[in-house]
Amino acid sequence: MSEADYSPQEIMTIAAARGLKNGTVCFVGIGLPSAAANLARLTHAPGVVLIYESGTIGAKPDVLPLSIGDSELAETADTVVSVPEIFRYWLQGGRVDVGFLGAAQIDKFANINTTVIGGSYAAPRVRLPGAGGAPEIATASKEVTIILKQSRRTFVEKLDFVTSSGYYESSQGNGRFRGRASTTVITDLGILTSVPGARELVLTSLHPGITVEQVREATGWDLRVAANLGATPRPTESELAVLRDLHARTAAAHGDSASSE
Amino acid sequence: MAELVSLREAITRLVPDGATVALEGFTHLIPFAAGHELIRQRRRSLSLIRMTPDLIYDQLIGMGCATRLVFSWGGNPGVGSLHRFRDAIQSGWPQPLEIEEHSHADMAARYQAGASGLPFAIMRGYVGSDLPKHNPKIKSMQCPFTGETLAITPAINPDVTIIHAQKADRKGNVLIYGIIGVQKEAALAAKSVIITVEEIVDALNAPPNACVLPAWVVTCVCEVPGGAHPSYAHGYYKRDNAFYKGWDAISRDRETFLNWMNKHVLSTADFADYRRSLEPGAKQGAYV
Repeated sequence: MSEADYSPQEIMTIAAARGLKNGTVCFVGIGLPSAAANLARLTHAPGVVLIYESGTIGAKPDVLPLSIGDSELAETADTVVSVPEIFRYWLQGGRVDVGFLGAAQIDKFANINTTVIGGSYAAPRVRLPGAGGAPEIATASKEVTIILKQSRRTFVEKLDFVTSSGYYESSQGNGRFRGRASTTVITDLGILTSVPGARELVLTSLHPGITVEQVREATGWDLRVAANLGATPRPTESELAVLRDLHARTAAAHGDSASSE
Repeated sequence: MAELVSLREAITRLVPDGATVALEGFTHLIPFAAGHELIRQRRRSLSLIRMTPDLIYDQLIGMGCATRLVFSWGGNPGVGSLHRFRDAIQSGWPQPLEIEEHSHADMAARYQAGASGLPFAIMRGYVGSDLPKHNPKIKSMQCPFTGETLAITPAINPDVTIIHAQKADRKGNVLIYGIIGVQKEAALAAKSVIITVEEIVDALNAPPNACVLPAWVVTCVCEVPGGAHPSYAHGYYKRDNAFYKGWDAISRDRETFLNWMNKHVLSTADFADYRRSLEPGAKQGAYV
């Protein structure tokens, strides 16, 4: 098997999918998170529950949605509720196990930036889309999984803007609000995990063929590495086949020649 | 009580320059026809409110209709940036755009507060986020019962809320189904309400728990078939994903954008004419 028999996107998607179990309630964003959650549903976890912020609960799309509110989601959902309801009763109410997020920048505490890059908030060099549902998904979900490609540009010592807070330990002791139990960051090189108490991400798994040195090289801070560093299993033929089939169906449905990420 | 009028008349009557306007629809049922009519009528200095600005506000901002934007996520879903939105914030083109930025959960809560006649919304939000440092409207208070610190933000009460729905009956009762987003709250929070619909029918035949806005909370109903294109209307037509992807190239460059808007919006009489201008082989030329 050659190094090139899967893409960086594919191993990120597959590694994220493996973390989801039957019955896990996932609050899912568009792009890689949506691909990963649906891959889990189509492989080892048919009973995973997908919630999209458009209000679709238990969506089972046959193709990946381009937007967070495609009709495919509404047609296959167990129920469709309003946007105020999805955020109040379902997210803030503590019913989400895993919140799936993407980001433009991340720091060692898993704070993420999706707002501005460079310059100031008022006069940014690059204006990004902004918060969306992320600030509350990041703090109200029991666990958070963040998927993004690793480089010194994205894994930075200091964020230009903290849109959504990172590993958060609840100190409020009021029962309902648990803070988040754990954070997992899945990149194209490996997996970084929160360590309770340390409030800092630790490299806990390397993808096949990747070295610790490569991961350090792609990280803008002095990266901590777990003593018992794990190895991410190679994507299996069946995982790759199901994922590629999903992308092919999606591309055909959206009228593309290339598959969407 | 709702009046059945043309979209042109509704906009002329209810949306003056300088108005605070919310055009809602969460990916589904985005009121594009109404957005185009605001552009055709050359509205200026609007305060625009919308959770997801989407292409509809990219067009309004790029055409110089807005001086202020209240929002929570400004991207082209699944595609990338809203180039006109970015250009306005990064370079002040075609004019400076003041922004007021929130999260989705907050915007939804603010509309709920507005619909409920309350002065502010309360939520467990923005924990650890920098947004409250840059938006003075995001404040916090302590729960008088538990002592927990919660985020509070002022209610949204637009001068006008504009939404698109599937159907209305001849009295102006409106039925909306599928992904209903925040439209009911946005409508009930507003001083006046314009609703464009796919069709006007004799009877809605709505089941008991359906999302219906009664005629007496609606100001104007306008029949505009296809009025949500390129977004979609559940039960009528699908989202035009190719248009969303094609918009990236159209909107990236100022001149290309202005030419497109001139051809398809300013030079068309109404939304039906706009739809004809997009047909393959149309004299005005199709997108992409």
